[in-house]
Amino acid sequence: MQHNFGTVYGVLLNAQAEWDAYAPQMTQPPYKAAPQAPVLYIKTANTWNANGGTIALPAAQQQVEVGATLALVMGRAARHVAAKDALQHAAHYVLMNDLSLPHTSYFRPPVKYKNLDGFLGLGSTLVAVAQMPEPASLQLEVRINGELRQTIDFSEMRHSAEQLIADVSEFMTLHPGDVLLLGLGADRPLASVGDRIDITAPALPTLGTLSHSVVRELA
Amino acid sequence: MKQARVIFEGVTYEGRECDGQLLLADGRLLALDAVTWLPPLAPVARPRTILALGLNYADHAKELEFKAPVEPLVFIKGEGSLIGHRAHTERPAGVAYMHYECELAVVIGRTAKRVKRDDAYDFIQGYSVANDYAIRDYLENWYRPNMRVKNRDTCTPLGPWLVDAADIANPMNLALHTTVNGKVTQSGHTRDMIFDVPFLIEYFSSFMTLNPGDLILTGTPDGIVDCQPGDVIVTKIEGVGALENTIKAEAT
Repeated sequence: MQHNFGTVYGVLLNAQAEWDAYAPQMTQPPYKAAPQAPVLYIKTANTWNANGGTIALPAAQQQVEVGATLALVMGRAARHVAAKDALQHAAHYVLMNDLSLPHTSYFRPPVKYKNLDGFLGLGSTLVAVAQMPEPASLQLEVRINGELRQTIDFSEMRHSAEQLIADVSEFMTLHPGDVLLLGLGADRPLASVGDRIDITAPALPTLGTLSHSVVRELA
Repeated sequence: MKQARVIFEGVTYEGRECDGQLLLADGRLLALDAVTWLPPLAPVARPRTILALGLNYADHAKELEFKAPVEPLVFIKGEGSLIGHRAHTERPAGVAYMHYECELAVVIGRTAKRVKRDDAYDFIQGYSVANDYAIRDYLENWYRPNMRVKNRDTCTPLGPWLVDAADIANPMNLALHTTVNGKVTQSGHTRDMIFDVPFLIEYFSSFMTLNPGDLILTGTPDGIVDCQPGDVIVTKIEGVGALENTIKAEAT
């Protein structure tokens, strides 16, 4: 499938449970203070990995962290947009899997952990914003080899899709086609070579199932 | 050859430098100030990867009171922050410290995966000048430098030219200068990079594929100063070009 996405932006620490887990460290070095603005990262085009593909784990790595999320695809440019108007700038929702090599420090940008080839699984079904319930009413389920390993409840995100668009568009334009990942769940499961990862939204089967298998990267 | 992308009479053209003027692809020869300059990059089908280095000159690392990094400190920028030569960059109201960063920009010419440093130059299409502005008021220690500092609209001028790699004998032997309103405020030399261009291509391509049109902004040397609305900033790299930019107050 051909994807026409623009720049894909992820948001750090949007799950309340993950924020709470980091809270004791937030006033300590190297962070020294809790983040004020949304902390973004980019999933570059080399990470894009169509539904049904394989995730190649580098030789030195034993596990990959699964970052199931709901992604919002922009329809119109958004700059200085108020939260109440934000979804008018969005076109579609799609499932994504923001894969990472496990890392615990959020001090420096996570390029070598998050921007490996194939480290962003892309759902193949776009659902129009108008056809979607509030994301906060949705849950995603992550299964590894058929076993339920994580449930992500979007009512437990600190910032809603609307608020994220407002906060990000305060300092930069989200262009048509750009993608905002609406947050990863806390306690993300790990997958190993040979595992199959399936992500679904049980209440909204039209989003489809996002599936990938983990393989060993060829030397 | 020095290539450009410009808008003239409402139409986007490819062009190239010709005896101090701009030769459009349709054969017209224009003065350099007759056109609107775009970043000198051919369009790509998927968003281009823009890798930017922090603290890649020992003197700048010292200036910012950091130890020199043991591996590249890299962050990623979105394409939306790029603008061309002679454009305006917005300074937000109420900030205390906004500074330029004169950087050698490397444009990837061939798909690069697991490239060794001895082969790295084969994967470079050419070079340009980037000005990687930062607004330090917004610096937070989460994925630092965070995007509110580094990924703002208008804050990454690039150009004027894309200079063919063959025309730059040694990119690690180029003087850099920045002037603010004609006064030199930053002087450096690409030989002082901590991680040189071949190292960076080997390092990045060891874990991610670099595609044609992707950019590596290689960091800035010592000599950053605050820029105010109305200031004209020229970031210049020997043999590559002089990139002019004017600061304006952000519309509120």
